[in-house]
Amino acid sequence: MANPGLRQAPPVESSSWLRLLPPATRFVFRGPAAAHAAAGTVFGLRLPTTPCRASMRPARAALWLGPDEHLLMAPAEDLGALRSAFASGLRDIPHSLVDVSHRQGALELRGPDAAWLLTAGCPLDLDPAAFPVGMCTRTVFAKTEIVLWRTAAEAFHVEVWRSFTAYLVGMLQEVARELPQ
Amino acid sequence: MNSWRTDGGGRIDRTRALSFSFDGRRFTGFEGDTLASALLANGVHLLGRSFKYHRPRGILGAGSEEPNALVRVVRDHSRATPNLRATQVELYDGLVAESQNRWPSLGFDLSAVNDILSPLFPAGFYYKTFMWPRRAWHAFYEPRIRAAAGLGRAPEGPDPDRYAQRFAHCDVLIVGAGAAGLAAALAAAASGARVILCDEQPEFGGSLLAEPSARIEGMPAADWVAAQRSALAARPNVTLLARTTAFGYFPHNLIGLSERLTDHAAAPSAGSLRERLWQVRAREVVLATGAIERPLVFPGNDRPGVMLASAGRTYLNRYGVRVGSRIVVVAGSDAAYAAALDLKAAGAEIVALADVRSAAGEAATAAAREASLPVSLRATVLGTSGRLRVSSVRLGTVTSGGAVEESSSVACDAVLMSGGYTPTVHLFSQSRGTLSWNAERNVFVPGKPAERTHAAGACRGIDALAAALADGAAVGSVAAAAAGFQGSTPAFEASAVEFGSAGAPGALAQPGPTPPAKAFVDFQNDVTTKDLALAAREGFRSIEHIKRYTTTGMATDQGKTSGMNALGVVADGFERSIPEVGLTTFRMPFTPVTFGVFAGYARCDLFDPVRTTPTHDWARGHGAVFEDVGLWKRARYFPKTGEDMHAAVARECRAVRTGCGLFDASTLGKIEVVGPDAVTFMNRLYVNNWSTLAVGKSRYGILLRDDGFVYDDGVVARLAEDRFHVTTTTGGAARVLGMMEDYLQTEWPDLKVWLTSTTEQWAVIAVQGPRAREVISPLVSDIDLSPGAMPHMSVGWGKICGAPLLLFRVSFTGELGFELNVPADYGRAVWEAVYSAGRSRDITPYGTEAMHVLRAEKGYIIVGQETDGTATPDDVGLSWAIGKAKPDFVGKRSLERPAMKAPGRKQLVGLLTEDPTVVLDEGAQLVESARQKVPMRMIGHVTSSYASAALGRSIALAMLAGGRARIGETLYVPMPGGDIAVKVTAPVFYDPEGVRLNG
Repeated sequence: MANPGLRQAPPVESSSWLRLLPPATRFVFRGPAAAHAAAGTVFGLRLPTTPCRASMRPARAALWLGPDEHLLMAPAEDLGALRSAFASGLRDIPHSLVDVSHRQGALELRGPDAAWLLTAGCPLDLDPAAFPVGMCTRTVFAKTEIVLWRTAAEAFHVEVWRSFTAYLVGMLQEVARELPQ
Repeated sequence: MNSWRTDGGGRIDRTRALSFSFDGRRFTGFEGDTLASALLANGVHLLGRSFKYHRPRGILGAGSEEPNALVRVVRDHSRATPNLRATQVELYDGLVAESQNRWPSLGFDLSAVNDILSPLFPAGFYYKTFMWPRRAWHAFYEPRIRAAAGLGRAPEGPDPDRYAQRFAHCDVLIVGAGAAGLAAALAAAASGARVILCDEQPEFGGSLLAEPSARIEGMPAADWVAAQRSALAARPNVTLLARTTAFGYFPHNLIGLSERLTDHAAAPSAGSLRERLWQVRAREVVLATGAIERPLVFPGNDRPGVMLASAGRTYLNRYGVRVGSRIVVVAGSDAAYAAALDLKAAGAEIVALADVRSAAGEAATAAAREASLPVSLRATVLGTSGRLRVSSVRLGTVTSGGAVEESSSVACDAVLMSGGYTPTVHLFSQSRGTLSWNAERNVFVPGKPAERTHAAGACRGIDALAAALADGAAVGSVAAAAAGFQGSTPAFEASAVEFGSAGAPGALAQPGPTPPAKAFVDFQNDVTTKDLALAAREGFRSIEHIKRYTTTGMATDQGKTSGMNALGVVADGFERSIPEVGLTTFRMPFTPVTFGVFAGYARCDLFDPVRTTPTHDWARGHGAVFEDVGLWKRARYFPKTGEDMHAAVARECRAVRTGCGLFDASTLGKIEVVGPDAVTFMNRLYVNNWSTLAVGKSRYGILLRDDGFVYDDGVVARLAEDRFHVTTTTGGAARVLGMMEDYLQTEWPDLKVWLTSTTEQWAVIAVQGPRAREVISPLVSDIDLSPGAMPHMSVGWGKICGAPLLLFRVSFTGELGFELNVPADYGRAVWEAVYSAGRSRDITPYGTEAMHVLRAEKGYIIVGQETDGTATPDDVGLSWAIGKAKPDFVGKRSLERPAMKAPGRKQLVGLLTEDPTVVLDEGAQLVESARQKVPMRMIGHVTSSYASAALGRSIALAMLAGGRARIGETLYVPMPGGDIAVKVTAPVFYDPEGVRLNG
């Protein structure tokens, strides 16, 4: 196990509505529908088959990003065990499992203004009727790509590539200046 | 205050006086005034000079249709907005406004000589007048035209204001909060649909704000508006946006709105939010944009004091201002009668009501008789006089035989005119909806929509109050239902004093066969009936051509007041009907939009994402100078105190050649290609043969486009039988992944292989130089670094400082080299550990500049520097990389085309200047002999050029026609300072045998 003390994620200044989520194990799982069931068994959580929906249980989350693409998330310490489990559990099933734990980080936006902050740069309809809890998708915020996942009525989990983190946070903070202080 | 302001009435707050200035003169107005109404209340009608002839111009309208009264509003040297319509500028205390397009002063403008010389400036004069003599174009014509062109002056300082942007979605977007728009909003909101209602004015109500006699649901109309506005505001499903212009209708019901937040405020705080761009995606759009009154076209119709009748009524009823005391009303429509009646009731004298028709409507006629208005029928206007404001009008009569006789000259201080109303169909037209001709009212109205668009009220010719309310409510219900929300259609009981609004576009009758010179059709671009007639005489038939030739309708007002009259004049001239002549396209924006609102948040640090690597802060702390590579910041060199770039780069290069250098290569693109068909996929895509690449080895790969030209390159490692780690150029990462995914999805969907970008998963630390192994060995575990176990181009998994390590033995410098790939969060810690471990061996961080020199010394190309999208692998000396036995790969067939193998193609060579201290300019051209006449025959160009510390001289790479056969020849680089002789060499300058790589 690597020394977690050596890790250094892009810094994020927390606020009442924004925080950086702790490091996590992230895999991009790609493969045909035939691989989904086995992957779910190994991962301990069924991979969603409904487009743009996430499934989750404690310590596991699986986000549908495309017909052959899911983002799997688990605690950071599960990386090695999960990799081994996939290697043995899906040995004969064509698929691709790629570790992207460090490629991206996650922000949480929480509070009554969370959706409002996001719609300054995200062209999607974030009304709860159009973007309900449990919905997730790859989209953009201004000039950066994000994965947006609504985890509660007033909470969003935002995945962003590490080198775009500063831009995303800077933009959100600029937008937040419009909120009544 | 003065005689122009009424004693009471209007929607201004007379308890709140506001001081303002116009061209340095101080005036007073009231809260609720516009700049235009406040100036009129002070008797000021002269507001500007016209664009072309510099004719004195006043205020024509009372809203966004205004073509003349363009002013500059100044807060400070950074916040000054030109070309604002005074009719839309809300007055605030301390407002400073200036007139435009005049010098030295508004009252005496030297360029007004253009008016006297106007016979020299007919339509299309710029196509004809500046042709001869040819040399005068640069010396005289162009500078003069540039000085005269354009309108207004931009502010000098950077804009200190902030601008916001916002995406919004709704079921029903309603543009316009007049009677029809409000009714539509009430209906749609009651259904539960998500509704956005916007209006360009500060107050909702539209024309109702100037209709004191109108009553809705038993209330004065303005009170009803206020009550409904409050009711709508209380609904959670409704967003109300005042001071918000819908300026553009984009595909799929995306509407651009510009919301003005502080322009009306006396002292907005520093850095406050000035405007907000809304990009609204609406399921259904209801256009309730109203109608605009048309001017009448007669000689001198542009003189200050000549206004639209609706404007005269609005200034009176909404702002408490009489626009004149002795008023001539010219009626091309019954609507003019309402203005005459209101102004007479307010104490102005109506000195003539000249109706250009043979009869007025019954209601108008009766009301005029009751009020004893001096009506004359079959009238026309032959001219006006008054230097800076109208002082008299020459009226004429059209006999039953059609002849025009002068009848009288009437002294006056204002002229109100109405040619009828034109529905505001700009947004509907922008949406590509087709317009249909309403022959009864002589107007174009929205016909077949191209989007999910509905029109309501006056913008589709329904302008009587009760009918407009009913139409709005019905359309609002229909729109909501179309979006999936059923509701009842509300009914409103309403009454108002109303006359018809129909009229006939075109010019008033004039004596004689030739049109008068100064009957203006397009006020903002100074286009007259004579210009239109000239275009027709010169053979223009299409209205689109006439528009461009005369510039009618092409000003910033997009022909709001001129479009239909131009059509009428042209149709009369051709003796065709208006629908036969057709209509030109309305362009966005509806009214001008600031650059700031489009820029939004994208300025300064947030202009673009600034991508940094995990070692960025370390590099900054060590004095790195950065360069932009795409969105990335890369350390270019690390100058020590007193060093310039040249010295720093020379030192960094020497360190790599003699000791050890440390380089951040994290920005290289990385793609993991995984699946049982990974090797098949790689074989089809890249030129190389990947079947022979063993697990744990890497190889330099080349990617072509299907046209056979080099697209990208990079080292590819085989991590497992079914897993490749592909690196790309820094700038090429996204497009290579896109190309791969494209081929996979469209050409080879049968392949079981998947792609994942891992560019940012890995921090890549290059340790290069003869002492590289010594430096990293103490830190690396689980990998045998000895040359036998880990030769050049091998790959291994291990650990460094406890972090996972994917180690490449690879070199872009020609030296012994390693690239340490560690998960990015560990990048900074591992970098610092390597740096500490190397201190005793004088490890030297180096930047991209040294990297470029080192690779050029070795003749390694950079895609995009040596290649320009037209280079084959052979051109750049890389045909060795092609898997010749492969049946196919992307670009293979193109490489077989004769032109791709033709002799004389440009090939990569080295150049050594005869004078070793001369560093060639990159991009410089090569010629065989400098003794040629210009233009010389250029046979190649310099692609890379550096001072090489290792070689003690300059070196260059070049692409040279038939280059490999010319090695040894002397060529020339002609430069302004003289011709530079160069010797053609092989492109590898340093260690051509490659011994050092295998150290």
